[in-house]
Amino acid sequence: MANSYALLTSLNGLAAGLFLMSSFGLAATRQMQGCQRFYITQSMCLVVSALLLGLGLHAPDLLAVAALDSVMKPIVIPYLLKRTVPEEIFRRREIDQVLNIPSSLLIALALTLLAFFLSGYLPPAAGSIAAINLPVGLAGLFIGVYTLTVRREAVPQLIGIFGIENGALLCGFAIAPTLPLVIEMAFPFDMLIIALVIGILTRITQERVGTTEVGGFTSLKEGASK
Amino acid sequence: MILLAILAVPLIAALLSCLPVGRRVAPAVTLTSCTVVLAMVIAAATRVAAGSSVVAIVNWVAIDGLSALILLLVATVGSTAALFSWGYMAHEPSARHLRRYYANYNLFVFAMLSVPMLAEPNLVWTGVELTTILSVYLIAFENTHEALEAAWKYSVLTVMGGAIALLGFLALFAATRGQYPGGAYTWHTLIELAPRVSPAVLATAFVLILVGFGAKAGLVPLHTWLPDAHSQAPSPICALLSGIKTTVILYVILRLVPVLNASGKVDVDGWAMIVGLFSVGIAAFLIIQVTDYKRLFAFSTVEHMGIILTAAGIGGAAGHYGAVYQILNHALTKSFCFFAAGATLLAVDTRQIADVRGLIRTSPSAGVALLFGGIAIAGAPPLAVFLSEFSILRSGMAEQHYLATGLLAAFVIVAFFGILYHLNLMVFGQPSSQTAHSIPVKLPRSCVLTLILAAAPIIILGVYMPQPLHRLLEMAADGLSR
Repeated sequence: MANSYALLTSLNGLAAGLFLMSSFGLAATRQMQGCQRFYITQSMCLVVSALLLGLGLHAPDLLAVAALDSVMKPIVIPYLLKRTVPEEIFRRREIDQVLNIPSSLLIALALTLLAFFLSGYLPPAAGSIAAINLPVGLAGLFIGVYTLTVRREAVPQLIGIFGIENGALLCGFAIAPTLPLVIEMAFPFDMLIIALVIGILTRITQERVGTTEVGGFTSLKEGASK
Repeated sequence: MILLAILAVPLIAALLSCLPVGRRVAPAVTLTSCTVVLAMVIAAATRVAAGSSVVAIVNWVAIDGLSALILLLVATVGSTAALFSWGYMAHEPSARHLRRYYANYNLFVFAMLSVPMLAEPNLVWTGVELTTILSVYLIAFENTHEALEAAWKYSVLTVMGGAIALLGFLALFAATRGQYPGGAYTWHTLIELAPRVSPAVLATAFVLILVGFGAKAGLVPLHTWLPDAHSQAPSPICALLSGIKTTVILYVILRLVPVLNASGKVDVDGWAMIVGLFSVGIAAFLIIQVTDYKRLFAFSTVEHMGIILTAAGIGGAAGHYGAVYQILNHALTKSFCFFAAGATLLAVDTRQIADVRGLIRTSPSAGVALLFGGIAIAGAPPLAVFLSEFSILRSGMAEQHYLATGLLAAFVIVAFFGILYHLNLMVFGQPSSQTAHSIPVKLPRSCVLTLILAAAPIIILGVYMPQPLHRLLEMAADGLSR
């Protein structure tokens, strides 16, 4: 029994490590496709972690969440994005961002350190198996916010939001594995509606404005010439 | 049961609004649904004010004094905005586009009604996210470059805020894990459990929620989306966004004030006052430099969110009463202001302050409405906002927060002159021949009717407060104090 718990803990550590790696990828990759793939990898790590925590903490609710998320996050949401966002956007290889890759990675590293420091102020994890989820989830959240800030294109910004949500959930599963099922179920559906609405918004923006480089949208800034 | 009916009616109306039959059906359905909801909400709120409990599903869907007040405001502004939409949106050429507008309108109202009704904090988070996501389409409705830019900024910033707040809600839930009296996790049990939770965790959760939902409520420094979204959306939607959506989000933040006060170890009042005053101050000075009159009212919303938060921070029975009183007056007055701004836009077809002169000659009803709205929201006596702002300042002195009260008074005065300076330029003077708005314009009848109906409570509340409403305000203030 103790052995299997230790094994689950190690596996969860591996999933959390990969989660962190893909967060770094989200912040630093230059390709639109790559951005989406990193998001899919990150979501799969989240699902695996939920599954392992469900087994380790005997929380059947988490298993149900893992099952639902395994369909929603890596499959349905990317599919929805593909359907709503114009095809040519995904073919772009050189997407713009405000800071270059080495500085982005350094900032992501600093944010990770900050997350490890701040995770002490969150409620303790439900078991030793889940302890690693706290700092890693918080780091995912911070890196997601950073990604959102520096990206200038619509889709990577949207994926940044998903990164923030994944980070919050990775943390959340660890500290609150016993959330009522109805609430756990509400989160993925909420994300689905967000993907749909913002995806459609991206499409309309591309059609009406001719670009999805939202970083260049400044006509509403204070003092902008009307 | 009445609560579930209140939620069901807008959902049914949203479905009916999608039916491809005649241009008049969707607006009529929406107006009827909003009026029915308003009647039911008044019935429910009266019961709450009379001291009986209104519960639909124990521990999940129930209302108390504070939530009844918010519900009442959502239903009131929802109805007046539906009436205003009738005439305002009539120029929309595409019937399909119009049906989608009303379907989304009903869904948006549904989401806003759900937030005060839900008693389980995690579900409240879901409700708040729905209010955000269901309003994106309405903001982008005009489909112009500016509207899409505003909708983009709005969705990205506020959804990000939502994700940050999510962690705060999960932390609150986790910190009280397994200790709920009777197995229920609600706003009320949270207050009971707060003293047992580590203050550091409580403070972290509060900061996460304040930052996250502060972005949605338009608190400085994450307010940048608000003037864009609230100026680009169609005017009835601006009234909903500025009048009640921001209030609904702020309500969720205010729900945490008694929780943190119950803990006794976190200085939530200090946080609320600092963030609140910061918002009031920045917004007051931003009001001076606006060039667009819808943005003027939008910045005034940021200012009022700050005033309400400051009042909640001042605390004491009088401070809390001032906060809920201000919530009531702001929602009613700000929605009126956006109706007046919408009427002005119909009359002059420009949002630029510099392009509008002598409005009172070209469109007397829009001119009078705009002037009245400006005077009312700036806080001139004897109108409603003056009374609530005055009660907040008085409670600040009584609670010996002299610095905060002094700053608040100074910022409110700056905003007062800022608002009236701009509106004075627009309403009076000679209509310029270059702007080509010298021919008097007739407003749609439903718009004029809305302006009259929406102005009535602002005037009446300035001189008379009905007893049940006073009782409801007291109960709501009590909800902040516990």
